[in-house]
Amino acid sequence: MTSQRFACLLLALGVALFPACRGDRSANDLTLAGSTSIQPFADRWAEVFMEKRPGLGVDVQGGGSSAGIQACVSGACQIGMSSRELKGSEKELHEIVIARDGLAIIVHPSNPVRALTLAEVKQIFDGDLKSWALLGGENKRITVVTREEGSGTRGAFQELVMGKTRVFSGAITQDSNGTVREIVAHDPAAIGFISLGLVNDQVRALDLDGAAANEENIRSGRYKLVRPFLFVSRGEPTGLAKAFVDFVLSAEGQALVQEEGLLPIK
Amino acid sequence: MAGAVKKRGNRLERNDRLVRLALLVIAFSAVSVLVVITIFIVGQGTPIMFRYGFKSFLAGSDWYPSEKLFGLWPMIVGSLAVTAGALVIGVPLGLSCAIVLTEFSSKRVRGVIKPIVELLAGIPSVVYGFIGVVILVPFIRETFGGPGLSVLAASIILGIMILPTIISISVDSLQAVPPSYREGSIALGATRWQTVKMVLFPAARSGIIASIILGMGRAVGETMATIMVAGNAAEVPGSLLAPVRTLTSNVALEMSYATGEHREALFATGVVLFVIIMVLNTIANATSAKRRKQP
Repeated sequence: MTSQRFACLLLALGVALFPACRGDRSANDLTLAGSTSIQPFADRWAEVFMEKRPGLGVDVQGGGSSAGIQACVSGACQIGMSSRELKGSEKELHEIVIARDGLAIIVHPSNPVRALTLAEVKQIFDGDLKSWALLGGENKRITVVTREEGSGTRGAFQELVMGKTRVFSGAITQDSNGTVREIVAHDPAAIGFISLGLVNDQVRALDLDGAAANEENIRSGRYKLVRPFLFVSRGEPTGLAKAFVDFVLSAEGQALVQEEGLLPIK
Repeated sequence: MAGAVKKRGNRLERNDRLVRLALLVIAFSAVSVLVVITIFIVGQGTPIMFRYGFKSFLAGSDWYPSEKLFGLWPMIVGSLAVTAGALVIGVPLGLSCAIVLTEFSSKRVRGVIKPIVELLAGIPSVVYGFIGVVILVPFIRETFGGPGLSVLAASIILGIMILPTIISISVDSLQAVPPSYREGSIALGATRWQTVKMVLFPAARSGIIASIILGMGRAVGETMATIMVAGNAAEVPGSLLAPVRTLTSNVALEMSYATGEHREALFATGVVLFVIIMVLNTIANATSAKRRKQP
C-alpha cells in the first residue's frame, strides 16, 4: 500500500512539474537547427549573445538545410538555418538574409595549380577533365570530392557552377564541409568545394576566372561563387528569437561574422 | 485449515499464470519491434518502387535524387563487394586465430589473447573509421595510388571489425567438440594439425559457419566506419582502389537532408538492404543445416 501511495505521489508531482519545466524552457531557450555551413557561425553568435544575456540558452544544432527548414515548419526549432534558397512550399516561411558566403574551390596547398576558370571547374566535376597535367599540374589523376545530394552547399555549387550538368557519379561524397576539407588537406590530388569562411591554411582556395577568393572581389562582383545564408521562421520572429536575430543583424553581430570569414549583408 | 491451504494454492497458481502471461508479453514485445520495423520500412519504401518500377530501382545505375533518378545498383554492388572483401580478410585471420587459441597455445597465452579479442568487439565503429581515415587511407593512397578512400580500405577495416565475432564463436564451437574426438584421433596416430583439419573442423563446422554468417551480417550492416573510409561515390567501383558507396552509407549520408521522394527512396534503400540480409542469412543457414545433416 505504501509503495502505491508513493507512486501516486510521484506521478502527481511529475504531472505538476512537467508544464512548469516546459514553460521555463520555451521562455529562456532558443533552438536553431539546419545548415552545417552556418552552424559554426551560429555557434559563435550564440556564445556572444549568451555572454551578454546570462540565463538564456541558445542551442544550435546541425542536420542540414532541408532538415532545418523542416524542423522549423514542424516547430521543433524556432529558427531554421538554410544555406540555399527556399524552394516550393518552403517559400511560405519568413526568411531573413543574415550573411553572405563565398564558395571556395579548394585544393591541397602543394598543388601547383593556383587558378582555374569556372568552365574548367565544371569540366573537372562532371568527370571530363581527369588529370592535373592538363591544367598545368603534376601528372596525377584528380580526386574529385563533392557533397551529398540535398546539401545546401552542393545545391549552391550545382546552381552556380554546374548548371544543368551533373556532378559525375565517381566523385567521392562526404556529408560535411569539415570532412571535405579534411580529405583535400591530405590528398595532394584532390579538389573540393567548401564555404569560403571555413578555408584554413591546410587547404588553398583557387582563383576563379582570374579573381582571388576574397571579400573585396566578392563585393565588386568579380568572384562569382556567392550564396546567401538564411534564417527562416514561421512568421516574423518574436521574443527571444527576435532578440537573437536583431543581435545577428546588428553592427556587432555582423562584425562577428566578418571576423570569422563570412561576408556581412551590406 | 484445509480451506486455507487450498486458498493459498489457488493464489500461487494465479501468480504463476500472471508471471507466465507477463513474460509472454515481454517476449512478444521484442518480436513485435521487428514486426513494426518491417511494416514501417516496407510501408515507407515500397510505394516509390512501384511508382518508378522495380527494374529502374534495382538495376538503374544513376543515383541522382534531385533528377528523380533512383538507381540502387551501384550501392548493391558496393555493399556486396565490401562485404566479400571483409570476409576474404576476416575469415582466414579469424579462423586461424581461433585454431591457435584452442589447439596450439598454452592456457596463459589464451588468457591474454582471448580478452584482447573480446575488447576489439567493444571498440566503437567510429573509432575504427577514424583510424582508417588517419592511418589506412593515406597508406593506401601513397602505396597503391588513387584517392585511398576505397573498396580496399573499407574491406580491411570491416575485416578487422568482424574478427571478434568470428573468433569468439569459432573458439566456442571448437571447444565444444567432445574431448574424446581429439583423443581418439591422436590415439590413431594423427598429428595435431591433422586432428584439427580432419576431426575438429568438420565437427565444429556448423558453429564456424554461424560465426561467418554473423560476421557477414555485421559487415553488411556497418555504417559509420564505412562512410568514413569508403569514399561514398555512387558508382559501381571499377577496381579495389576505387571509392564505393554501400546501401547503409547511402541512407545515413543523405537522410538528414532528404525530403519527399528522396526520403522515400532512402527507405526503399532500407528495403533492399533488408531483403539482401534476409537472403544472405537464409542461404547461409540452409547450407549450414544441410552440412549438419551429413555424418
